[in-house]
Amino acid sequence: MNRRYHSFERWKVAETGFKIVSITLLTSALATLFFLILDLFLDGSPRLDWNFITGLPSRFPENAGILPALVGTLYLVGITILFSFPIGIGTALYLEEYSDRGPFANRKIRHLVEVNLNNLAAVPSIVFGLLGLVIFVRYLALGQTLLAGGLTLAALVMPIIFIASREAIRAVPHSLREASYALGATRWQTIYYHVLPSALPGILSGTILAVSRAIGEAAPLLVMGAYVYISFVPEGLDSPFTALPVQIFSWLTRPQTDFQSNAAAAILVLLPLLLMMNGLAIWLRDRNARRNQ
Amino acid sequence: VDLRHSRSLFELFFEFLLFCCALCSIALVLVLIAVLGWESFSFFREVPITRFLFDLEWTPLFAQKNYGILPLLLGTLQVTVVALTVALLPGLLVAVYLSEYSSDRVRRLMKPLLEVLAGIPTVIYGYFALLTVTPMLQKLFPGMASFNAISPGIVLGLMVLPLVTSLSEDALRNVPFKMKESALALGASRLQACFQVVIPAALPGIISSFLLAFSRAIGETMIVTIAAGQSPRLGINLFEPLQTMTAYIVQVSMGDVPAGSIEYRTIFIVGGILFLFTLLINTVNSMLWSNRRGSQR
Repeated sequence: MNRRYHSFERWKVAETGFKIVSITLLTSALATLFFLILDLFLDGSPRLDWNFITGLPSRFPENAGILPALVGTLYLVGITILFSFPIGIGTALYLEEYSDRGPFANRKIRHLVEVNLNNLAAVPSIVFGLLGLVIFVRYLALGQTLLAGGLTLAALVMPIIFIASREAIRAVPHSLREASYALGATRWQTIYYHVLPSALPGILSGTILAVSRAIGEAAPLLVMGAYVYISFVPEGLDSPFTALPVQIFSWLTRPQTDFQSNAAAAILVLLPLLLMMNGLAIWLRDRNARRNQ
Repeated sequence: VDLRHSRSLFELFFEFLLFCCALCSIALVLVLIAVLGWESFSFFREVPITRFLFDLEWTPLFAQKNYGILPLLLGTLQVTVVALTVALLPGLLVAVYLSEYSSDRVRRLMKPLLEVLAGIPTVIYGYFALLTVTPMLQKLFPGMASFNAISPGIVLGLMVLPLVTSLSEDALRNVPFKMKESALALGASRLQACFQVVIPAALPGIISSFLLAFSRAIGETMIVTIAAGQSPRLGINLFEPLQTMTAYIVQVSMGDVPAGSIEYRTIFIVGGILFLFTLLINTVNSMLWSNRRGSQR
């Protein structure tokens, strides 16, 4: 009896110890991140002004701006959404609605898509750069252009959109579909008027996450051939380009500290945008999950 | 009757369109595998596989060319080990704390915060590693080089920590509440119930979060390119510059290497190895889940 009591006491002590350790870990991880961001802010904020946002890159750090990179990123986002959104959702819809019955039902394809896209989502982004380099830049002969860059990013984020859309479509209650069929709606009408609208918040949340991922990626763009120095604003899809993360990388790897401050300032443009987008996506998803419960 | 006919054609059209989307995504994967496979195959026609596996130096860009992958593997491994040391155990402990001890309010605040943090682009973490963490560590260890394994490793760990915490916490919360209640009813303390009942039950989910962190750390590019250096080196020293597989690919891509040359092909063989690693990790992960489902039946 005594021994058991003793062991109970020991667990009690362990419990307090555990709480202290984990709270320390949590706060120190958050504090470190906070400190890092504060340091970034102190370094970058003096450089951040309107000229920096509307200026062209320059050999002189104090004149350099991010306009070409900013416009490049906007173009890339547009192209990425254009290609990854329809294919991601289309694949998810096929898998959830059409893969088990109907003229195009095919279990093998369903299985293949499931396995492949889950694996694809885990492939490092740099490998997609290699894909873009061979297929889009060389084989389709698009060159190192915005279109090739956008397609590369589209391939990268398509699995994200697919997985999110599939979850959202799955979460739509079956009774909704039954009700629609009972009223005489066809399968596509049911999907278009009922399944898609109620899955929309989930799909949207996944898409926002995918877009924010595309905005932040530098590695695949560097590999497929984004330029690190572009002195003009890109016009049209066949233009050479740079993107905001690529520009940050290029400034960061220069030895002069002034350029590194430019990198910090460019991060101060990029980071709040992405944090807001991610926040919005997660809020949308959680709100929707609560509603479905 | 006419209307019904046109409607069913309409239906068929959309069904076909969606089917094509599915085929498209399969094609994407096949093309990716074909590209990596073909270029790697061409590489091995020029370089015997034994040299690739057993040479001790990686110098494809020099006049004296060596194609031993070991230095790059070791570089990736060192950074990954540092990162996982920072991320796995602390991440799990925080997850346990959030799911078992913290108030509902703290948890509801922390969970989305962690997910938002997981979305910070890696080039920003690269900035932290190069310009904040390395100078700080250099004050602690005066002999440390400005490119090294430990600073990008730590920052990479900070990057994947939210991921580990978030996924492990999900796994812990998915353990049926009655299991924990039974343990408590038998006289276990909260911590006992947690470590002897809840964690073992959530183990597949926890391991899966670890595996995901591992695969992220291997494939992470920008942090190591910016802060770990570009010198492939066969040796274990966290304070010296090294090169990871991903950083090598970026280094070659930034230079002017003609397509079809052997230097050009090296990035595909390195990329192919990265791809195989992540595939392997993913397969282990899905086996873990299917085994578990099998045993529950």
